[in-house]
Amino acid sequence: MTLEMFVEWAIKMAVIFFLVLTADAYVVLLERRLLGFIQMRLGPNRVGPFGLLQPLADGLKFIFKEDIVPLEADKVLYVLAPMIALVPALMTFSVIPFGDKITLFGREIHFHITSVNVGLLVVFALTSLGVYGVALAGWSSNSKYSLMGGLRSSAQMISYELALTLSVIGPVLFAGSLDLVEIVKYQTDRWFGIIPKWNIFLQPIGFLIFLTAAIAETNRVPFDLPEAETELVAGFHTEYSSMKFAMFFIAEYTNMITASAMASLLYLGGWDGPGVSSFPILGPIYFALKVFFFLFLYIWLRGTLPRFRYDQLMKFGWKFLIPVALANVVFVALLALLLF
Amino acid sequence: MVPLSWYLVLSAVLFTLGAVGLFVKRNIISIFMCIELMLNAVNLSLVAFSSFLKHLDGQLFVFMVMVVAAAEAGVGLALIISVFRNRESVDIDKLNLLKM
Amino acid sequence: MEKVLFLILAGISVAAAINVIFQRNTLYSAFSLIAVFGCLAALYVMLQAQLIAALQIIVYAGAIMVLFVFVIMLLNIRQEEEQKDRYHLYYLSLPIGVLLALEVYYGLSNIQDVSVPGAAVGNAESLGQGLFSTYLLPFEVTSILILLAIVGAVVLARKERDIPLEMLDALEAEQAKNKQSGKSEGKENN
Repeated sequence: MTLEMFVEWAIKMAVIFFLVLTADAYVVLLERRLLGFIQMRLGPNRVGPFGLLQPLADGLKFIFKEDIVPLEADKVLYVLAPMIALVPALMTFSVIPFGDKITLFGREIHFHITSVNVGLLVVFALTSLGVYGVALAGWSSNSKYSLMGGLRSSAQMISYELALTLSVIGPVLFAGSLDLVEIVKYQTDRWFGIIPKWNIFLQPIGFLIFLTAAIAETNRVPFDLPEAETELVAGFHTEYSSMKFAMFFIAEYTNMITASAMASLLYLGGWDGPGVSSFPILGPIYFALKVFFFLFLYIWLRGTLPRFRYDQLMKFGWKFLIPVALANVVFVALLALLLF
Repeated sequence: MVPLSWYLVLSAVLFTLGAVGLFVKRNIISIFMCIELMLNAVNLSLVAFSSFLKHLDGQLFVFMVMVVAAAEAGVGLALIISVFRNRESVDIDKLNLLKM
Repeated sequence: MEKVLFLILAGISVAAAINVIFQRNTLYSAFSLIAVFGCLAALYVMLQAQLIAALQIIVYAGAIMVLFVFVIMLLNIRQEEEQKDRYHLYYLSLPIGVLLALEVYYGLSNIQDVSVPGAAVGNAESLGQGLFSTYLLPFEVTSILILLAIVGAVVLARKERDIPLEMLDALEAEQAKNKQSGKSEGKENN
């Protein structure tokens, strides 16, 4: 490992870390504003122009809040839980590619920190660790609402992970690789020179399953049972305050961004778009737009849909989503057999 | 490059710890976890051999071991739950109905 | 460099494994075990077995241990109940453990470090090729095993069978009495 490579890595990591955290902050603002719009009210618009400085104010508020640890809580696990939730969520971005490569100062710069030949599995491995943060928070708070939230969340995340994993078999089969860069490169081809070979066109069912399962994995409406306010106060993070709560918050939004990024990488051609082959710098912009679309969808769903009941959630996951996902695997495999 | 024997020693240490735990613990769940630890120790040596002999069979065995471990965990935990429902305990010393 | 990394990972994994054994709190043991699995996954990456490393995290840390943690939380095993571990067995197990370690050491002292030229990178293609050619039959057998495990888990964890036999008659009589109220038993999710 040369010094140049090391510097390049360090810069990339710093940039991506900063970008992700900033994106988190502004997705929160976007969500509050959009929800306000959907619900015919204004949302936060006092701090700065259009409320654009609101994330800063939120951050300050989080820092200065009193950090409360319940007396009967399991102190070690209580402190550990938000970290366990946050760290894997941020780590996923080490393998997510944002674009192809550009040449800068005579060096080839790739738009990803590292490319692993099992990149997709790495993302799944890291996101599957996120459940521990939630489960631990629920357990260690020593509060019945938290425990219920934690239990629900671990059951829900195990159940929907199956459908999620089954749904990504489609893109993997088509591209013949688990490398995220390879999967996107397969999709940059064109049919008849015009229509992009995005996976969504041939696997719409897989795409819908992925989207549904991803929303459930990130504990968002309509699958936000772990923190159902009306029955569980705030679910697993009822007892958390200050920065510890903020860490859960950041982890949740980072997971949302990861899920959106994965959906666009696997089904919408990642950084693919008109003109990318001649101007590779456009790639990350297209990618950001696609991710933004999915984030908008998340917020839109939250403003629109009611919450599932717990048994409905389980029934939907096991008796509908997984069988359909299995059928989709067979369908996609047949398709791949016929096409290639 | 780390020599092969280092991996094997680590694997042996982990296996031994798992075996000790198997004797010492009384909680079924802990015993179960010790079994998982032993399986993992074996996996480590398999992967190490596979890597040093440049032969992928070792990793394929690990794959099989993982499948077996997953099946074992599923059935085992279901058993633990049903035992707990009946006996209100996961202490193996209290599960001596057949002895009396 | 690699040796230092190995020593760090090995140290963490051994310490965590010791903690698995001597920890009273079952949940803490479970998390120590997850730490062991994480270290092993890192070691697999060092051994050029990326696929196995990813699977290690997904299957062990992401699925099996989640089940363990879930069951520990579900059964609410806070401490090992007024637990005296079987101390008399420490006296038995430690010599046995030492004996086992000595035996392993003896076995290891006879082998030499091998290094065969060539490359064996454990990525999905090469492993898949092995699984679907040489080891096709075992692979299919494992799928049957998984199916059996699913069925077994569902059958074992069903709630209908959670009543001790002697209580069954009394309960059935009571249920016949309350039949009109039509209490439906909650469905079990596992």
